[in-house]
Amino acid sequence: MRKDRDYSDIPGTYVFDPEHSRQGYHLNMFCMSLNKEGNREQFRRDESAYLDAFPMSPEQRDAVLQRDWVGMLRLGGNIYYTFKLAIIDGINMQEIGARMEGVPDEHFKAMMINGGRPIQGNRYQKEWNRSG
Amino acid sequence: MARLFAGVGTSHVPGIGAAVDHKKTQTDYWKPLFDGYEPAREWMRNEAPDVVIIVYNDHASAFSLELIPTFAIGVAESFQPADEGYGPRKVPVVEGHPELAWHLAESLILDEFDMTIANEMPVDHGLTVPLSITCGEPNIWPCKVIPLCVNVIQYPSPTGNRCYQLGKAIRKAVEAFPEDLKVAIFGTGGMSHQLQGERAGLVNADFDIAFLDDLTRNVDRLVRIPHVEYLREAGSEGAELVMWMIMRGALDEDAREVYRHFHVPASNTAAGLIILENL
Repeated sequence: MRKDRDYSDIPGTYVFDPEHSRQGYHLNMFCMSLNKEGNREQFRRDESAYLDAFPMSPEQRDAVLQRDWVGMLRLGGNIYYTFKLAIIDGINMQEIGARMEGVPDEHFKAMMINGGRPIQGNRYQKEWNRSG
Repeated sequence: MARLFAGVGTSHVPGIGAAVDHKKTQTDYWKPLFDGYEPAREWMRNEAPDVVIIVYNDHASAFSLELIPTFAIGVAESFQPADEGYGPRKVPVVEGHPELAWHLAESLILDEFDMTIANEMPVDHGLTVPLSITCGEPNIWPCKVIPLCVNVIQYPSPTGNRCYQLGKAIRKAVEAFPEDLKVAIFGTGGMSHQLQGERAGLVNADFDIAFLDDLTRNVDRLVRIPHVEYLREAGSEGAELVMWMIMRGALDEDAREVYRHFHVPASNTAAGLIILENL
């Protein structure tokens, strides 16, 4: 991720900018292929063989196979694309949110029902560093 | 002559569509949100626009990273619900208005807005959820629809000011169309939400309420919100709110608010809806 943009200091956020898009192209286009039912069937049958058709990096491939949701974002994934993989797994956006933060699903769902993650303390990376 | 009489801003959260499709609108979780949609449905029934221009974004359905149009207008006779990974939503096919859509494309391009013209464009939840919100579950949608698709996924999306100016050009184009049509425009997406990263779940109700207020009180402020402010204050996906500025640009400067509804949460999102009418 670039460090020199006006949005670089927003914590826990992977802006899908040109560098990110270049890095993640094949990862995201693999996800895109899951829009077709025939492809979804093939992927479910043999994930590793299916992934051979997409020239992504070994790290990206591992992140997909291990369902490392934040890892995929760090490696150029975009949430609207990687969410197609979540659909295959039958998990919803709150469950993905919980996995990205590293908290139990119920914790994340309760946070949303209570008004979501507050903006206070979550605007700048330095606010996260301070709270450790 | 055609007349653009009103605008609607609304979130287009896929979970709202799923709640309709799976008959969950009366559960404890969803009822408060859907109760607040009733007056908007009544408004839609009473006003009965002939055509609605729906400004929305595609979510890796019709377009992918293969091709990323900043502004695309659908000129087809009809638009099929897209398969986003679950199979297509079982909602009616969206009927277009090719004559008005082509007229808009021609007028906008000559007005120096370089639109992409789409003859084939399956439409995803970004377009069909606003129809479900405002029309419920009819067998056919009660209006013709012109999809206007905006890139807000690949950074940078168009600026708020560019969107606002496009809205003004749309207004001019609609009102130069000779047929007697009643036209509304929807700006969709938002409000504050972030789906991705360790900050997922961010909601900023103060930002959202101020945004709703300033659609009638201080449009100039909204037009100038830079991308970094949307990203920081409204979340990485809250930046979709630039699409509301197209809707706002198409209305009179002194358009009045006739209804609003705001509810947290709809899935991971602050859901907002506002109806604005020209005087």
